[in-house]
Amino acid sequence: MSFASSQTHHLAHHRATVALPAVLAVVFGLFLVWGTGFASPAVLHDAAHDARHAMSFPCH
Amino acid sequence: MFGRIVLTALAAGAIAGVFVWGAHMIKTTPLILQAEVYENAAPAHSHGTAAATAAEDESWAPADGIERGAFTLLADMLSSIGFAFMLAGAMALAGRGVDWQRGILWGLCGFAAFYLSPAFGLPPELPGMQAADLHERQLWWLATAACTAGGLALIFLAGPRPAKIAGGALILVPHLVGAPGHEIGPGPLPAELASQFAVATLVITGLFWMLLGALTGYFYRRLEPS
Repeated sequence: MSFASSQTHHLAHHRATVALPAVLAVVFGLFLVWGTGFASPAVLHDAAHDARHAMSFPCH
Repeated sequence: MFGRIVLTALAAGAIAGVFVWGAHMIKTTPLILQAEVYENAAPAHSHGTAAATAAEDESWAPADGIERGAFTLLADMLSSIGFAFMLAGAMALAGRGVDWQRGILWGLCGFAAFYLSPAFGLPPELPGMQAADLHERQLWWLATAACTAGGLALIFLAGPRPAKIAGGALILVPHLVGAPGHEIGPGPLPAELASQFAVATLVITGLFWMLLGALTGYFYRRLEPS
């Protein structure tokens, strides 16, 4: 019993320490992709223009 | 853990970003430049609304040549690093062992979520192609990517079978709703150019995602604290 519960405890601890940085990483990644691929300001659109088309993001 | 994810994403994203930029410069940018010749020769309204065209002409844009290529490099690197952050974060959340080979499978899921599924409704566009309203397309694109990523996560990572079936259904939902459409009419672009562009982006983006997945899996495993 103690082995199983310590395993479960270990797993729970692992999930708790991993979840926050992992979710933050996903959110930061979304922010970067949104900025290069989707943000409306004309300057961002023009700078990333060819990459937006080539990555198949909706452009124009 | 945060350092491991950040280092993994930066290393994998930077390498894959340079690769995809090289491929874009060789294959897709020449097609975009060719399309712009037709686009500029056509009546102004072919490029969205006349007001949008005027606004675009007035705003700053990188000069053709080295400057334009450099900004494409910057944009490719930033999107690649962004995708790598999502991949590394998802790998950490899944909590399963990864290496470069499993990383390729992760990358293929990214390819499905961020290229194949959105492109099935909204094919890759060249400048001068006609399309529905931009914001509606962006919304559908992002919703489709989210549904596909969520559906794949349910299929591969959820335990119970009903959850896996729900995952498959979730992937179908945006396609049953349908992408924002427009009336297809004669446009300024030769069809050959558009089909070459579609296949070029398909192959390049597929290779990019496999490379990005392999590198993310490799670095994530390598940086595991011992």
